[in-house]
Amino acid sequence: MRSVLAQAWAIAAKDLLLEFRSRTSFLSALVFTALVLAIFNFARDPTAVSSVDLAPSVLWITFSFAGVLGLNRAFTLEKENRAIDGLLLSPASRTALYLGKTAANLVFVGAVEAIALPLFALFFNVPLLDVLGPLVLVIALATIGFVAVGTLMSSMAVNTRFGEMMLMVLVLPFLVTPVSAAAEMTTKLFAHRPFAEWAAWLKLLAAYDITFVVLCTLVFEFTLED
Amino acid sequence: MLIGLLLVAAIYVRALVFTPEEATQGLAQKIFYIHAPSAWVAFLAFGVVGICSAIYLFVKDPRLDLLAASSAEVGTVFTTVVLVTGPIWGKTIWGAWWTWDARLTSTLFLYFIYLAYLVLRSAVDEPGRRGRYAAVLGILGALLVPFIHMSVYLFRTLHPMPVVLRPGKPELPGSMLLTLLSSFTVFTVFYLALLARRYAWARLVDARAQSEADRADASR
Repeated sequence: MRSVLAQAWAIAAKDLLLEFRSRTSFLSALVFTALVLAIFNFARDPTAVSSVDLAPSVLWITFSFAGVLGLNRAFTLEKENRAIDGLLLSPASRTALYLGKTAANLVFVGAVEAIALPLFALFFNVPLLDVLGPLVLVIALATIGFVAVGTLMSSMAVNTRFGEMMLMVLVLPFLVTPVSAAAEMTTKLFAHRPFAEWAAWLKLLAAYDITFVVLCTLVFEFTLED
Repeated sequence: MLIGLLLVAAIYVRALVFTPEEATQGLAQKIFYIHAPSAWVAFLAFGVVGICSAIYLFVKDPRLDLLAASSAEVGTVFTTVVLVTGPIWGKTIWGAWWTWDARLTSTLFLYFIYLAYLVLRSAVDEPGRRGRYAAVLGILGALLVPFIHMSVYLFRTLHPMPVVLRPGKPELPGSMLLTLLSSFTVFTVFYLALLARRYAWARLVDARAQSEADRADASR
């Protein structure tokens, strides 16, 4: 177990180092997120819908699309020069490969979200600070859920025709539960509703995370070449 | 196959002629005898996809992969029937073609997963890889459907929508219940018949691809 985690960490560190050196996909994901947030402001009628009512939906649509864009990176990186073969030949187990890729994706998406969140508060004039703790928890849980499924799917999508489009088709159905749970909880948080009103959502989201993280770890090896 | 078709025809004669009309809903209620059994088959077929996929990953028997693919295709047809007949009934009874209720949403997403499954299969050429990828999606999809159902259920119980008329299930009189139950049985038989046909065809296509590959090898 220990060695699996160490291997996973090595893979994640490698991916993050590569990303840190070039920063291309990070910056483009960030610019994309900022653009979506800005465009949303023009796509609504400010007299009819108050920005706080719209804010949770905007936040979660932005995060999920930015997340899916980030996921593409994990395995297209390995496809160039067939670097994936090197990883498969290395002593790292396939479970470690999955966990490492997922961890790197989590850091990537998490970093985009960390920068986008204050921007979101600024654009939509939402008082974030007094609900920051619970909100970060909600964001973390939802991100874990869709990154776990998304990493698995991107490992398959990269080997198909029209891979990037395919990833969208594969991942979007799986976003319904985390995104609807997260958006619902965000709404409750902004409205300062008591915890009891969103506890059921939290349980559902936690159950989703556990189920899909375990399942994806188990079936990941089947998405690789034998 | 023929028997299945005859049975389906027979059930409609029964549903239309011999089963009494529902008092408040009138003729519109008749669509129930297509809608409900199709929905049952739609979910049953994805259950078959999920189970075949799980076993396939361990046994690696290509026949299971073909069976899962056939079930997915037949299931897609039945889901289409559900999603077409539902709004027709909904417009007459609820006054709206569509509502985001738990069952409607989970069926819609079942449909999306079916489509994703079929699209994924068509985008991978090599049979072994296609089988593995499809199986992975089949398992995940089978687990996703109950989650979607729960999340939409939670959504709607916290936010009840008073504008949507959701009539309680009428106490079915004996003759209607009999028609309904027999339509469930008949649709299951029809599903199995279609599945068998689709599977046999898939085997033939597979065998031809195999023999062509062999011939190509021999001539080299």
